[in-house]
Amino acid sequence: MNAITAPAPAASEHAQHKALKDPDWVRWTLTAIALGFIALFLCVPLILILVQAFAKGVDAYWAALIDHDNLAAIRLTLLVALTTVPLNTVFGVAAAWAITRFEFRGKSLLTTLIDLPFSVSPVISGLIFVLVFGSQGWFGEWLSAHNIKVIFATPGIILATVFITFPFVARELIPLMSELGSEEEEAALSLGASGWKTFFQITLPNIKWALLYGVLLCNARAMGEFGAVSVVSGHIRGLTNTLPLQVETTYNEYNSVGAFAGASILAGLALVTLVLKSFLEWKQGRRL
Amino acid sequence: MPGFRPTLAYTLVYLGLIVLIPLSTLVLQSFKLDWEGYLHIIGGRRVLSAFRVSFTTALVAAAVASVFGFIIAWVMVRYPFNGKKIVDALIDLPFALPTAVAGVVLATIFQPSGWLGKFLVDNFGIQVAFKPLGIVIALIFISIPFVVRTVEPVLEEFDSSMEEAASSLGATRLQVFTKIIFPNIFPALLTGFALSFARGVGEYGSVIFIAGNMPYVSEIVPLLIITKLEQYDIPGATAIALTMLVISFLLLLFINLLQMWVRKRSGQL
Repeated sequence: MNAITAPAPAASEHAQHKALKDPDWVRWTLTAIALGFIALFLCVPLILILVQAFAKGVDAYWAALIDHDNLAAIRLTLLVALTTVPLNTVFGVAAAWAITRFEFRGKSLLTTLIDLPFSVSPVISGLIFVLVFGSQGWFGEWLSAHNIKVIFATPGIILATVFITFPFVARELIPLMSELGSEEEEAALSLGASGWKTFFQITLPNIKWALLYGVLLCNARAMGEFGAVSVVSGHIRGLTNTLPLQVETTYNEYNSVGAFAGASILAGLALVTLVLKSFLEWKQGRRL
Repeated sequence: MPGFRPTLAYTLVYLGLIVLIPLSTLVLQSFKLDWEGYLHIIGGRRVLSAFRVSFTTALVAAAVASVFGFIIAWVMVRYPFNGKKIVDALIDLPFALPTAVAGVVLATIFQPSGWLGKFLVDNFGIQVAFKPLGIVIALIFISIPFVVRTVEPVLEEFDSSMEEAASSLGATRLQVFTKIIFPNIFPALLTGFALSFARGVGEYGSVIFIAGNMPYVSEIVPLLIITKLEQYDIPGATAIALTMLVISFLLLLFINLLQMWVRKRSGQL
């Protein structure tokens, strides 16, 4: 950095050097504050989860993991993620295709609306589905007459999760696909390739890392969502408790090992997500 | 280019079914209330207290997170040190860690018998958990990545020739920082602050375990919505939720204007 400074009288060179670099004591203090803060707020919590989960030994940890209600919660969480992620992935690709490959009126409004769920509090995201499908909601009477349960049942949990994770895939693809442009696709089409063939052989290879990135974030949120799911689930253990809700239930029952065993799985999921996220950022040669 | 009609139609139908129709019920349901009924709900002492708690804790947390987030971003961009990649990945932990886990963990650390809670009570007489201070701590945890990730790219792209020009004109390091660097970073920092604040006001999972949830003292708005819902007070829950939604959209508008201003400014530089 100093090598390229403008020519200056030799006497002021030292002063100039000082004005470009932080003094050592500032550097050390700031580094210490930053790393201390990260250690305190980010590392200590991870350590605490392990310490608490294994507080009564490996056997107690294992027993808590394979507890009937805990396994049911894991199954429900997987079911929710396996339904939510494909739905929002297909939507994300379709929306990105429509928005980046065509010109139409109201395009920027549409892009804004897709991001809407990110600015709604999780609790409100749950509440709106209670207003639609709950016993006092729009379809409440019709649903109960036909004996269909949405709220306090799996469909409600899935709907709330789909809402919460709605923008993840679309918002990764839209900027990338508009940056890439449509020249390659147009070339393939003019050479006689079908629309689907063009998508799978040209578009998909171009967007695959960004797509996976969106899917990864969508999945992490789908498995970890708490507030919205908490409103629509009804907290029936072994039935409508997802893993985060099961952590809450066991924690409130002072079953510390149970709560932190569940938390350890979710923390493991978070760490795997972070590692894959770094990998995908490296693959894309960009950040976020 | 094929596929315009099917993809756009699918996008609009899916958006309508999942997002727009459910959200519009919030507005339609609130039409059942007249203005007086609405004011009666929102003006209730418990509701006003919850709004006060939510907004002040989110404000304080966003401010603290802005200071530390700025320092972290500065260190990450400007100073070389070992293990930077790991630290960089860790900064996103609050994004990736489910909020309920964050809540349970922070409550356990800061409860009066917890690792840090005991230390703070014994040495300084400060109780964190089950007080508004606990809410602030949880919100700082949630907010840190927002600030770091908005400030970092601006710091990275910052044109150091301005620093060089200032220093060759005889400015001290402190002057370079306060007169050149900070004013250029400030809009990004303000955006990070606003994002943190908006998120903090609506946050639920990480807060409720550490908050203690005492009405009038440490009860937040999202919890009050759930409480009203559990009491089958749908109009109450709807009125509070709609008020919060309007406030967060106004915040969002402010953030977008801010980002436009930032882009315009950096375009001029």
